[in-house]
Amino acid sequence: MNSFSQDHCLICHDIILPAIGWRALFSIEKEHFICLVCEGKLEKIEGDTCRICSRSFRQLDEQFRDGDLCHDCFRWEGDIEWQGFLEKNTSLFLYNDFLKEVIAKFKFRGDYLLAKVFTDSIRGKLTQMAFDQLVPIPLSEERLYERGFNQAAALLAVAGFTPSEILNRIHSEKQSKKSRSERIHVPQVFKILPDMNLEGQRIVLIDDIYTTGSTLRHAAKLLKEAGAASIQSLTLAR
Amino acid sequence: MRFVIKNEKLIPQKLHKGDSLPISQLETIPQQPPLNTEFTYNPDLQQFLTGKQLLFDDIPFPLDEIQAHYESGYVTYRKGIDYDGKRPVCTRCGNKDPHWFAVSPCSRCGETCHYCRHCIMMGRISECTPLIGWNGPVPDTKPPAKLNQWQGTLSKGQMEASNHVVEAILRNEEHLVWAVCGAGKTEVLFAGIEAAIAAGKRICIATPRTDVVLELTPRLKAAFPEITVASLYGGSEDRHLFAPLTIATTHQLHRFYHAFDAIILDEVDAFPYTVEESLQHAAVQARKPISAMIYLTATPNEKWQRECRTGKRLFTTIPARFHRHPLPVPEFVWSGNWQKQLKKKKLPANALRWITERLEANKQALVFFPHIALMEKALPILRQFAPKIEAVHAEDPERKDKVLKMRAKEIPLLLTTTILERGVTFPNIDVAVIGAEDTIFTESALVQIAGRAGRSKDHPSGVVTFFHYGKTDEMLKARRQIVSLNREGIERGLLNT
Repeated sequence: MNSFSQDHCLICHDIILPAIGWRALFSIEKEHFICLVCEGKLEKIEGDTCRICSRSFRQLDEQFRDGDLCHDCFRWEGDIEWQGFLEKNTSLFLYNDFLKEVIAKFKFRGDYLLAKVFTDSIRGKLTQMAFDQLVPIPLSEERLYERGFNQAAALLAVAGFTPSEILNRIHSEKQSKKSRSERIHVPQVFKILPDMNLEGQRIVLIDDIYTTGSTLRHAAKLLKEAGAASIQSLTLAR
Repeated sequence: MRFVIKNEKLIPQKLHKGDSLPISQLETIPQQPPLNTEFTYNPDLQQFLTGKQLLFDDIPFPLDEIQAHYESGYVTYRKGIDYDGKRPVCTRCGNKDPHWFAVSPCSRCGETCHYCRHCIMMGRISECTPLIGWNGPVPDTKPPAKLNQWQGTLSKGQMEASNHVVEAILRNEEHLVWAVCGAGKTEVLFAGIEAAIAAGKRICIATPRTDVVLELTPRLKAAFPEITVASLYGGSEDRHLFAPLTIATTHQLHRFYHAFDAIILDEVDAFPYTVEESLQHAAVQARKPISAMIYLTATPNEKWQRECRTGKRLFTTIPARFHRHPLPVPEFVWSGNWQKQLKKKKLPANALRWITERLEANKQALVFFPHIALMEKALPILRQFAPKIEAVHAEDPERKDKVLKMRAKEIPLLLTTTILERGVTFPNIDVAVIGAEDTIFTESALVQIAGRAGRSKDHPSGVVTFFHYGKTDEMLKARRQIVSLNREGIERGLLNT
């Protein structure tokens, strides 16, 4: 922390009070980007989750669960056209009302700096994973111009990783306006940039939100069919 | 967006290839092209843009059409972010605090771009964002023959203020109306609005809170049924309505530029200083360079009070309520270290007695606390006496509901933070403050709180008690202000004696 200026919470802009104590005095100070109150509103995904999509079983009714899979993943994996492409998705936080607002401000309003809020968690997770390339889910050109930046690439870049922007997206309606079956039964919306050799590559796809998993599975299928060895994914919210 | 300068004109790079820069990085913006009177402008765009400062994203007209209007002098482009030396300043919200700026790679200009985080919820302004305005003729609005349909009568104090408001508006002056809580401020404005519209002026009432916009709109529409009234708040549908009379949250003023011949600014004192500074910036941008400004408040801050006393500020007081009864004067009661008591799950004996007396007598009351945490400690203690007691604070999702229940007399006692200090009216209540010594209770907060009591003409009196652990200057100043307004009311014959 800079001793001449006080740190403000990136979310609520309150002043962040430094922790005082021996540990704070003698350890390398960790930078704080948000205040304790806002931090408390972010709910980490922990405990028993779906083996593939990391959906928390805690709030899930028993009828939507099939063994160690949630019903959605069970259906995906039961479909020969889709099974086995997405090895595992990891999501960091529950998509609660608070996170919904933070993500909306980040990607729709274009508050790029908010990517910093998640830097620590993203670094923490990625250091536990083995990968060759980190591939952000792309936006179409129109959407990219509208938003100013790609939120998935921004999360990576701000956390100090280099995104491999090897996918293109063909412009289509906004995902959030579609139903599940509409999302699944769309033709491939992604294209791999020309002259990419993905043979044997372990790829981690990056996106902001996991909703139905359709976006990530479409990308996973394409990359796997182009020779990639394995596809995992990491999203902020689930 | 990047711009090319060609023949002394700005051209978006999308329409013309060439050496381009983000708009804020252009050394100087070429002078506005002269108005080409041969050009046929689009009247829809005129209605949409007059008096505004908007982003391309806000304007549902094609880029080349906007550009054609610019090249003929009808549309203006300004830098969304300018520099004070090297420090960025947001042109729209006036923010220059480095904490409120950030940088981002930007696909619109292909560079790393500063943007303003302060007003980002109204659409992002960055170094490559132009603010777009109108420079052509203003839409014609003919005032109807009969304007003001309001049938009521003004009190003597209101009448005096009303006349001064009319004068100030017609002379493009500034004027402060210092009207006590319950004086009837809104009625004081009708004659001024009528005069402004009759003179072909465009006028705006700006208030900090959406609730007030929603409450004022039907009253003004009823008083002026023949004119268009635009009602603006976050998410309102009138956003693009061009109207002679606009009622807006202060925040919405950020989208206006040199729009109004008169602005009536309600409750300027309602915000902490930094927010107030930004809203003052908004008001200054929204008014025309030659225009009138009417300030309305029940509690001007110390600086303004001093300017009034020393004759530096034109003002009119309405020291008495419309029902001609004096303002309740707060009494101070020492209640010891009440926070320590609360920790032991107890309330000071005198405060508790004050509350139980009212519960027994079926007299509704508002009890103010300085902080949510303390209030929530007191709630279970008090519910032992009456389980229907409720507590509200700013982030309470049931806030509106609880206020309605209080009004319907379904709640005997409502605990609150300063969120209910102004704006809400309950007809017949007593008011207490627990911990009146806290710094959150400024002079103006305490005057507003005291102003909650004795509001209706059927119940013109009410008890106001400040429980404290040591009197503060602010408490004394608040009481002094109330006493002196009552005295002035008597001297001017505005109170029943």
